[in-house]
Amino acid sequence: MAAHLALAEASRLAEISQAYERVARRRTLYTITLLGLCALSIFGGLYIADEANSGGFWAGLDKFFDYPVELFVGAYEKGLVGLFGLVLQYLPYLLETVNIALVSTLLAFFLGGALSFVASRNLVSNRYIVGVMRRVMDIFRAFPEIVIALLLVLIFGPSPVAAVIAVTTHTIGALAKQFSEVNENCDLKAVEGIRSVGGNWLEQIRFGILPQVLPNFLSYGLLRLEVNVRASAILGFVGAGGLGAELKMVVDWNYGADILVIIFMLVISITSIDYLSGWMRQKLIGQTGQV
Amino acid sequence: MTDVRLSGAALSDDAQRLGTLYPGIIEQGWKKRLLGPGLSLLVVVYLVICFFAFGVSGVIEKARGDMAQLFALDAYAHKVHAKYQFKKADQGFVVSLEGNRRSIYKEQPNWIAQSGGQTTIDLGGDGVLRFGDGVVTYAHPSYEQDFIFKVGDGAPQFVSGAAADWLKVSKTQVNARPSLYTRIWLTKSKVEVHRYFVGWENFWFDFDSKLNRLSSGELLSLAFSSDRIDPDVSNLRFMFNEFWTNSEWQHGEVYFALLQTLIMAVVGTLIAGILALPLAFAAAANVNPVKLARTGVRRFFDFLRGVDMLIWSLIFIRAFGLGPLSGIFAIFFTDTGTFGKLFSEAIENADKKQAEGVQATGASPVQKYRFGLFPQILPLFISQMLYYLESNTRSATVIGALGAGGIGLKLIETMRTRQDWENTLYLIFLIIIVVMLMDQLSGWLRRKLIEGQA
Repeated sequence: MAAHLALAEASRLAEISQAYERVARRRTLYTITLLGLCALSIFGGLYIADEANSGGFWAGLDKFFDYPVELFVGAYEKGLVGLFGLVLQYLPYLLETVNIALVSTLLAFFLGGALSFVASRNLVSNRYIVGVMRRVMDIFRAFPEIVIALLLVLIFGPSPVAAVIAVTTHTIGALAKQFSEVNENCDLKAVEGIRSVGGNWLEQIRFGILPQVLPNFLSYGLLRLEVNVRASAILGFVGAGGLGAELKMVVDWNYGADILVIIFMLVISITSIDYLSGWMRQKLIGQTGQV
Repeated sequence: MTDVRLSGAALSDDAQRLGTLYPGIIEQGWKKRLLGPGLSLLVVVYLVICFFAFGVSGVIEKARGDMAQLFALDAYAHKVHAKYQFKKADQGFVVSLEGNRRSIYKEQPNWIAQSGGQTTIDLGGDGVLRFGDGVVTYAHPSYEQDFIFKVGDGAPQFVSGAAADWLKVSKTQVNARPSLYTRIWLTKSKVEVHRYFVGWENFWFDFDSKLNRLSSGELLSLAFSSDRIDPDVSNLRFMFNEFWTNSEWQHGEVYFALLQTLIMAVVGTLIAGILALPLAFAAAANVNPVKLARTGVRRFFDFLRGVDMLIWSLIFIRAFGLGPLSGIFAIFFTDTGTFGKLFSEAIENADKKQAEGVQATGASPVQKYRFGLFPQILPLFISQMLYYLESNTRSATVIGALGAGGIGLKLIETMRTRQDWENTLYLIFLIIIVVMLMDQLSGWLRRKLIEGQA
């Protein structure tokens, strides 16, 4: 009897270990397939890209440091005083770039915030409104800023207004999506409380939802500010004003010192806004500033 | 009635009691009360200042609304020219697409009728134009009197008709634009009529392709017919070739450019993720005990991220030339910094109990991190990479426009010509569709790989 039981147990054990091995094998297979796909796309992609590039990778590798060195040589020839003069010269343009980013982030913060309440499933009972709003958000978000900026520069002429509209459009879509996700994770008890004392939909949002989500909204907004400073610098390249436009000009004329000064100004402002927004977000929502 | 008042009094008593119990909650301090309105006021003042600093009103005044209208029209409609030259009177009206000499229609369209010496051109909603014996008669539906011009003998002359703001008569020519869709243009050498028709002309096949102007039914039957158009290749293959090598729409080149953009995004993101992973371990306080090395790696991340993708792409375009390879490098340099920062924070936030548990079984340090730490951060690792895959598709378009090739460069090329707005619109459609598809794909993969695993 005991021997019989032991035999049964052994066969079950064997079955379990077989099943385990099957699962393990399948997992390994999946992992290897995934890694293989990644490797294939990297090497295939690099091959196609290298073919399509006007200069090759190996030829370019030697030249990689030429450009930075050239810039530094230009800056050295200019001397410290000259460089400082350049900083003063380009400071207004840097301010313009930062202003473009700040204005568009503020505008998008309010517009995207308003949109997000209409696009949250737990706040709006009509599924069609939510669906349509989400598609609108998707389309806003999918527009690369440069496409809108290029079109607007043709109509408005070179002006920061084109950059503001372009960055705002994209940011509305991006923020509204993140905001609506925050809204959907909200505690609805406060909303129910306000509804029970007769508050209308706007009052429910204002007093039930907004206090809960505002720290997260601000945190996402700060993160966007940093992204938008980069974006507005890039848009200058297509004529939408700011430091980017100056950079494009000096790159075309190959003014080493000017290029280097502008790059430094951009890097320093991006990094400091990055730190500032990280610090403020940490204050707002605690922990590591990650949402 | 008294009941209600009583309970009201009781309520206010309650409120007062609560107010004394929790000072600063019901009656907030003035600082706290002013914070909201004060910040709002500040924002409004700032926006107003910027409104003037950017010169918004001046920009809107100077905006070329008419250009925008023309661009928009050209983007969804195509223009057909009907041109009569007095020197080549025997040809009659020559009808062509956009006035292009290589795209002259062999048959007269049904809106141009010829009877004797008289040509009648139907302008749709804009009335009818008649031409014969050196006289152009234009009947506009909103004007009772016809507009009559004498042409063919020196500069055109306005004989009779009302004055209209869409009609411009100068010493040398007459230019009439009764609506956006119609233009009549008379000079001493020609009578020319332009009409816009909604739709993209020659989208599938070239103007002079044998397949152009065939209905979809005809095409379908042709595709599976054994009578070969070109004896060397099958009909289906021939049709595909005709589509792919379409000279105006350049489908082949456009899709290859799109592939390049996707390659930039995918390869750049993958390389960045793979490089950032080991570096992130080196930057995490609970893995790497050497503070100096840790700080060094972190500053390196900050440097990669702070030097923006824009600047990296400038440097790489200088080194590797124009093309997607430079784009890949720009993306992976920037994103190695971003991923490194995100991953190292995730590693530091990971639960150390699992790693300790693995260590307790006698695992080596590598095994400890492989089995104790890595599985904790893998979901975040994958989800961040997928998030950035989508955003990098957009970035790849942008740096492509700066010279890294791909669809971005194609877009900027079609815009520069300021004529091919239909191609521009087509490219914008493609870009948006691809970005939205990548968004959906990355969301789907995220759900599949991360939530499906849990």
